Amino acid sequence: MKITYDNANRLLKIEITEEIDHFMAEKIRNKVDFEIQEYIPRKILMDFEKVSFMDSAGIGMILGRYKTAKMLGSSFCITNVKPSIKKILEMSGILKIIPIVEK
Amino acid sequence: MQINYDNAMTIEFLSNPNNEAFARIAVASFIANLDPTVEEMSDVKTAVSEAVTNSIIHGYENEKGIVKIKVGIINKTVEIEVIDRGKGIEDIEKAKEPLYTTKPELERSGMGFTIMESFMDEMHVESIIGKGTTVFMKKIIKD
Repeated sequence: MKITYDNANRLLKIEITEEIDHFMAEKIRNKVDFEIQEYIPRKILMDFEKVSFMDSAGIGMILGRYKTAKMLGSSFCITNVKPSIKKILEMSGILKIIPIVEK
Repeated sequence: MQINYDNAMTIEFLSNPNNEAFARIAVASFIANLDPTVEEMSDVKTAVSEAVTNSIIHGYENEKGIVKIKVGIINKTVEIEVIDRGKGIEDIEKAKEPLYTTKPELERSGMGFTIMESFMDEMHVESIIGKGTTVFMKKIIKD
C-alpha cells in the first residue's frame, strides 16, 4: 500500500497494492485509519488500480473508511475499479453512497 | 476422494487467516487447465475465499481448527466443498440473507453467501451445531 498526502489540496491518496481479503483488509484498515486521523484530510481517494483480487472483506473495509471520513467531515471517493471488483461493489449497494471517480 | 471424477484433489490447512490466499490460489491453479475466463477464475477464487473466511472467523472464531477443501472436476464442471468442524450455523437461511452478519464489529459486510450464490452456478450449505459446516459449490466453465 502506498499512501501520499497532498498538503495543498488536503488530499490523502491511498493506493492499495494488496489482494483484499479478510486477512489483508484488517491490516489495510488499521494503517489507513491511522493516516486519516494523522492528517484529517479534506478529501480521501482510494485507488484500486493495483488490486488484483477483492472479496466481500473489501466491502466492509471501504464502508468503514467511508464512515471514518464522514465522521471527520472528509469526502471519500474510490477510483480505478476493475470489473471484477465493481461486480462485488454493485452487489453490496455501496456504490449508491460512495462515488467512483474516473481519472 | 471420489474416484469417479476426471480429476480431484483435497487440501487441509489450519484456520489461519493467512491461509485464505493460499486456499483460493490452490483451487485456482487446480482448475487452470479447464481454461476458464478471467471472470470465471475470479468468481471461483472469490467464492472460495468467502467460504474459507467464514470457516475461519465464524466456524472456528479464530481458534485453531482444520479447514478442508475438496475439488472435483467432471468435464467442465467444478465441484468444490469447503468443510470445517467448527461451531456450525444456527439459522442457515438467516445467514444467507444479504447484509446479515453476526460480526459487524469486524466490518463484515454480510455479503459472503450472496457472493457465493451469485458467482457460482450452484451453492448449498449443510451445518450441524457443534459439529461444523460444509459449503457445496458448483461452477460450470463455459466452452
